[in-house]
Amino acid sequence: MTFKIAASPHTHQRRTTQQVMRWVYLALIPGVLVQTYFFGFGVYIQLALALFTAWVAEGLCMRMRGRPIGHAWQDHTAIVTAVLLAVSIPALAPWWIIVMGTAFAIVVVKHVYGGVGQNLFNPAMAGYVLLLVSFPVQMTSWPIPAELAQIQVSITDTLNLIFTGFTSAGYNLEQLRMGIDGMTMATPLDSLRNDLNHQLTLTEALNKPIFGDIAGIGWAWVNFAFLAGGLVLIKQKIISWHIPGGMLVGLLVPAAIYWLFNPDQAITPMLHLLSGATMLGAFFIATDPVTAATSNKGRWVFGLLVGFIVFAIRTWGGYPDAVAFAVLLANMCVPVIDRYTQPIAYGHGGRS
Amino acid sequence: MSTYKELTWQGLWNNNPALVQLLGLCPLLAVTATVTNALGLGLATLLVLIGSNITVSLVREFVPKEIRIPVFVMVIATFVTVIQLLMNAYVYGLYQALGIFIPLIVTNCAIIGRAEAYASKNPWHHAAFDGLMMGLGFTLVLVLLGGIREIIGNGTLFDGANLLLGEWAAGLRIELFTVDYPLLLAILPPGAFIVMGFIIAGKNWIDQYRAARAEKPEKVVTRARVTSQ
Repeated sequence: MTFKIAASPHTHQRRTTQQVMRWVYLALIPGVLVQTYFFGFGVYIQLALALFTAWVAEGLCMRMRGRPIGHAWQDHTAIVTAVLLAVSIPALAPWWIIVMGTAFAIVVVKHVYGGVGQNLFNPAMAGYVLLLVSFPVQMTSWPIPAELAQIQVSITDTLNLIFTGFTSAGYNLEQLRMGIDGMTMATPLDSLRNDLNHQLTLTEALNKPIFGDIAGIGWAWVNFAFLAGGLVLIKQKIISWHIPGGMLVGLLVPAAIYWLFNPDQAITPMLHLLSGATMLGAFFIATDPVTAATSNKGRWVFGLLVGFIVFAIRTWGGYPDAVAFAVLLANMCVPVIDRYTQPIAYGHGGRS
Repeated sequence: MSTYKELTWQGLWNNNPALVQLLGLCPLLAVTATVTNALGLGLATLLVLIGSNITVSLVREFVPKEIRIPVFVMVIATFVTVIQLLMNAYVYGLYQALGIFIPLIVTNCAIIGRAEAYASKNPWHHAAFDGLMMGLGFTLVLVLLGGIREIIGNGTLFDGANLLLGEWAAGLRIELFTVDYPLLLAILPPGAFIVMGFIIAGKNWIDQYRAARAEKPEKVVTRARVTSQ
């Protein structure tokens, strides 16, 4: 019988980065499937493009930095970045959009700052913001949910659209985005925002076919799917509940108050929660272990901040959705949050 | 002669106002969306810098130490006004394109910095040369930044050069590639910050590379004779 003497730390992380990242992208699968169901096969093509670009960019950067290439490919962080970016952009956006965004995310936002674990900003969201600021038209041209579309898009047509901009029958994206009534359809948040700005009341604005029963056809289910995936992550202890909880509370409470005070000119809390990228943002984007706050208290503050910024931009800002901006702005605050929420080590100071 | 060489080296590389001192970032980042704008503002700054350096150097004996900063600012403001009126008269298109950033040259810390750090302590001909080199260093970075942003954002070079150089320069416009959708980020201020970061990184990389090469000592092996004979 031997007594092994092991050096501290005696408790250690069970999982490697690779395993954590694998859980994250596995948990994204339900969301991706639902998104494909409503918005077509474009989602898969965007995913393939993003993954390939991330793979190449990661390899090139590691080579330029004189580091082992295989190491970067094995930790799977680039895969998560690529998948997050691919599900955030419109499914039928031209191919160069996703390629440019992913390359920027990996090269500039991740590797320029020193690679895995060193980046200040969430790479996927920084890439998204680059695209949104640079190409507002392409980045807001979401396809309409299949059940409302006038023209159904096949796989070959999807490929043609993404790579050439036209289907084989000669339709462009703008024509495909028309609903049965011949009006181009925006996303629920976008359409609501426009209508409220045009002095319509909420009831009038919600009359459009895109809204359906709960919070926009398709969008509500996409959000439910991401919520389900996120709950799995919490169950598996990949992420703690503090950030998603904080973000949802930070979004819901101001939204509810604002809505109670002017119920006909504000987006309903339900729409806030189940539309746009709320659930994806709360469970998969804001919870990035590198760029979020560290301590549990800090995570609460970080989550609340993200949620509140999302509410503020959606309500008063210039963009219909705001998860990307909110996450980046909160990323900037992380050093301050970490400084003021540092837990007191056992035996050092404290109250008594 | 070595003073001039030193001043050149300091202004253009070692102590470049934009890359090393990081002064005057406000105009640097705001107007460098195209080469033409960058060159216009760079030249304006260059002229102001030479003029203010000479004047500050000439009056340095008569200005009491306590009020030197207001005096320097007055001198700089005078030259900026002169340049502004000249640009208004001769390159009106560019004057409009640069807008508020021409009067804002007054607040460019690179200029007051040179007046305080160099011109107020040195004879006028050295101060003039220092102004020229610092201004050139600033202008070169401005043009480089403008060029990179214009190429990435628009795919062109020297777009609108006729605003600065007269009608003949309209032919200078080079279209490197056509873009259906300009990369707005490169043209907007965030793009300037990002490109600027890369330029500074490039400069530091060159410096490190040169330092590493210079450091390699020549191996001198001296053998001690241990055997007899």
